[in-house]
Parts: sequence; structure tokens; C-alpha cells
Amino acid sequence: MVNSLMQSGFNSFFATAIDLVAKIMLIIVPLLVAMAYLTYAERKVLAASQHRRGPNVVGPFGLLQPLADGLKLLMKETIVPSGANRFLFLIAPMVTFILALVAWAVIPFDQGMVLSNLNVGILYIFAISSLGVYGIIVAGWASNSRYSFLGALRSAAQMVSYEVSIGLVLITVLLCAGSMNLSAIVEAQRKIWYIVPLFPMFVIFFISGLAETNRSPFDLPEGESELVGGYFTEYSAMSFALFYLGEYMNMILVAAMTAVLFLGGWLSPLESLEFIPGPIWLFAKMALVLFLFLWVRATVPRYRYDQLMRLGWKVFLPFTLFYLVLVAGVLVGMGWLPV
Amino acid sequence: MILATIAFYFFAAICVASAVLVVTLRNPVHSVLFLILAFFNAAGLFVLLGAEFIAMTLVVVYVGAVAVLFLFVVMMLNIDKVGMKEGFQKYLPIGGIVCAILLAELILAGFGIRAAAGEAAGAASGAVVPPASTLTNTEQLGMVLYTDYFILFQSAGMILLVAMIGAITLTLRHHPRVKRQNVGDQVARDSKSTVRLVKVKSGEGVKP
Repeated sequence: MVNSLMQSGFNSFFATAIDLVAKIMLIIVPLLVAMAYLTYAERKVLAASQHRRGPNVVGPFGLLQPLADGLKLLMKETIVPSGANRFLFLIAPMVTFILALVAWAVIPFDQGMVLSNLNVGILYIFAISSLGVYGIIVAGWASNSRYSFLGALRSAAQMVSYEVSIGLVLITVLLCAGSMNLSAIVEAQRKIWYIVPLFPMFVIFFISGLAETNRSPFDLPEGESELVGGYFTEYSAMSFALFYLGEYMNMILVAAMTAVLFLGGWLSPLESLEFIPGPIWLFAKMALVLFLFLWVRATVPRYRYDQLMRLGWKVFLPFTLFYLVLVAGVLVGMGWLPV
Repeated sequence: MILATIAFYFFAAICVASAVLVVTLRNPVHSVLFLILAFFNAAGLFVLLGAEFIAMTLVVVYVGAVAVLFLFVVMMLNIDKVGMKEGFQKYLPIGGIVCAILLAELILAGFGIRAAAGEAAGAASGAVVPPASTLTNTEQLGMVLYTDYFILFQSAGMILLVAMIGAITLTLRHHPRVKRQNVGDQVARDSKSTVRLVKVKSGEGVKP
């Protein structure tokens, strides 16, 4: 009897394991495809805003270009610079890439459609995104190169600075929702999406997201005119690709966060449109935010470093702090505080 | 249950091992990286206890902010690797005594909590985990922190504020020759006060 009990226990254990792996694959594979085509979209949007055509040779409309790029990077040789710390040099891009993937565990795609319905989902994402800086700083140090190191230091300072205002924005949102569970936050937006009452916070979250993912106009860590390639100057082939992919994955993650926190996640904007399934709404909102990312890159010039720090510490931090207190005051005063 | 025990020993073993490596490794950067690993495993232990809020805050605050600054400083300063290890023999007894006292205190505290929990639960269970309730542990923590320990919480904040002001006053220097950007002045400038149109006669130039 004990034997059969153990047998069934093992079977159920394997069943859950296979179930989990299947779910993880279901998230990761579309994510990788989305990320590949985000690079394509970026090149097309930039081209369109500069009156060019963008990639149009490989495949119809150049649609196979990302695959060609990926293949090219796979075939190239990984070069480890002399004097570099070999282990850390190779593990840094992996850390960046894995952290970018791990955060997706708590993003809800529809009601109940989430890999891990964590009670502290919002904190989990905040924690994971605050770890992203390690991939960069370790890469810069392990490369044993001035350019890489300077790029890494800049990036670390930048990410730590903007995390503060992101944290305060998150606190404001969870104050309104009364929960740190991302599904509950989406459900709390049934009456009104948080972009309406918290519009300034939405703007600050978006700009901080640009800074957090090292996108232009805050792409100083990789400012090519002064630092060659920033922290990944010394990287080549797949290790370079992992950094690149991690960056795009983080962009998609910030887009998903914006959609979940401010744009009502999987909720449809009109009652009459509810026949369209939730995930499609979420993807549409993410695509909109991602387009904003690309649009900003095509139009806004790069910030100067001291201006970047000033914006983070002297503008965003006081403003978010003020708005947080204001929102808390309004919620208490009007008796809207969620129980 | 077995899985939880295995996970506990896994996290605990890695935590202790990386803590040992933090103090024994020669390269300070490697030490900091192992410190981060130790923080991570401590967070894992908190998750096993069911204190996911504390686990996440540990990662956000210690790994995401404090350790980044450590790494920053250690990387920027070119620390003499040999000189750092020189005093190791000399400080070993003192460090050992401090360690022993801390360990004894921890064990005492552990027994104290166990006894208190045993009394509360009618000696049925010696678990440290608070009784399950409908509230999430974030809410429970908030209830305790902002009601019972309100004054202590506020004074901890004040102490941090004082520390911050102290650090700023120690490091802030005004260099008279450094030109700073004053955004207010720049924005307040307009064409009337800065530009003037002059009819220049040929051969005479512009007089100020």
C-alpha cells in the first residue's frame, strides 16, 4: 500500500512538473518571438520616422530579418578579452537574460491566467527589476575595460535613481487597489482605469521605465559617442545577443507592467467589446506602450548625465512623494480607501 | 513536508557557505557577490516561513540597493588585497568572541520564542509561524508596525534621516569656481534681456 501511495505521489509530482514546464514554455516561446519581432518593429518604426524603408530584403517585407540576425549572432565567435574575469564575464549576460524572463511569472494575461498568483506580485517584479543592475555592473567590471566599466557605473547609478520613483508610483497604485496581487490590481480597475486618476504617475512611470531599461533618451550607459558600446563593449556573438535580448525583454516587461497597472490589463475598454478575449486586449495595450518607446527613441535626443540625475532626484522623487500623499489624503477623505 | 525540509537545508547550507566565503575570499568584489548570494538564500528561508513580504523587501532593499552600493564602492576603490588580510590573525580572537556572543543570543532568543509559542498554543506546537488567518502577512505586518510599534517605527525613520543629513553635510563641498546649471535662471531668460538688435555701420564694429 505504501508502495502504491508513493507511486501515485510520484505520478502526481511528475504531472505537476510537466504541467508547470508546459505553462512556462507557453509564456517563454511567444515572448522570445515577440522580442525578435520587437527588434524588427523598432527598425521599421525608426525607418518610417526617418523616411527610409527599413529591413525589406530577407523574406516578405523583411519579416525574416530577425531570424537572419539571430543566426548570424549564433555563428560568430565568442571572444573573451585577455585580463577579463572569465566566469563573471560569461555569467553576466546570462544573469541579465534570466532575470528578464523570471519576472514574467506573475504577469496575469487574463482572469486566472497567470503562472504564479503571488500575493506580493508587484513587490516581486520590483525586486527582480532591481536585480537587473547586477548583470550590467558585473559585465562592466569583468570585461576589464575602461569603457565597459564607466558604462556599467553610469548604468548602475541611473537604475538605482529611477527605481526610487518607480517604487513610489507602485505604492500609489497599490494604495488605490488595496492589494499587491497583480490580478487584484487589474480587477480593481473595472470601474476606471488608473491612467485617468493617476495620469501624472503614468507619465512618470513611463519615463522611469525608459530610464530603467536604458532606452533613449536615457541610453547613456551605451552612449556610443563617448563610451563606444558602454558595458557591452567587449561582448560578441551570443553573449552580446543575450544582453540585447534582455534589454528588449525588459522593454516588453515594462510595457506589460504599464498595461497591468494603468491601462486595465486584460479588461476591455467598452462593454460591447467584451467578446474579444482578455489576452488580446493586454497585447494590444502592450503594443501601444512599446510603440511609444520606439517613437520616443526616434524623436528625443539623448540627455546629459547630470540632467538625468537631476530629473530623477530633484523632479520625479519630490513629485511622486507629493502625489502619493495627495492620493492617500483623497482616498481617506472621501472614504474610498479599499478595505 | 519533506520537500520543505530539503529546501530549508538547501537554502541554509548555501547561505552559511557563502557567508563563510564572504570573509575568506581574497578578492573583495567576489566577497560582495557572495554576500548577495547569502542575502538571496536568506530571502528563500523567509519564503519557506511564509513571510513573503519580508523576503521581497530583503531582496529589494539589501540586494537591490545596499549591495549595489557596496559593489560600487569596492569596484571604485583599488583595495590592496594583501594588506587587507594582514590583520586577520590579530583580529581573529576578538571576532570569535563577538561571533560566540551573537550565536548564544540567537539560541536564547530561539528558545524564548519557542517557549512563548508553546505557551500560546497550549504546548501543542513549537512553530514560529503565526497562526493562519485571512489576512495576508503584509497586512498583518502593517497592523503591528503602525499601531503597536508606531513610535519605534517613526524614530527609526528619524534616525535614518539624521544619518542621511550627516552624510550629506560631511561630503558636500562648495567649489567657488565650479559652474552649476541653474535651470530656473535658464528658463527665466527671454529674448528681451539677452538679445539686442544693432545697426552696425561698416568699418566701426559693435560697441558694447
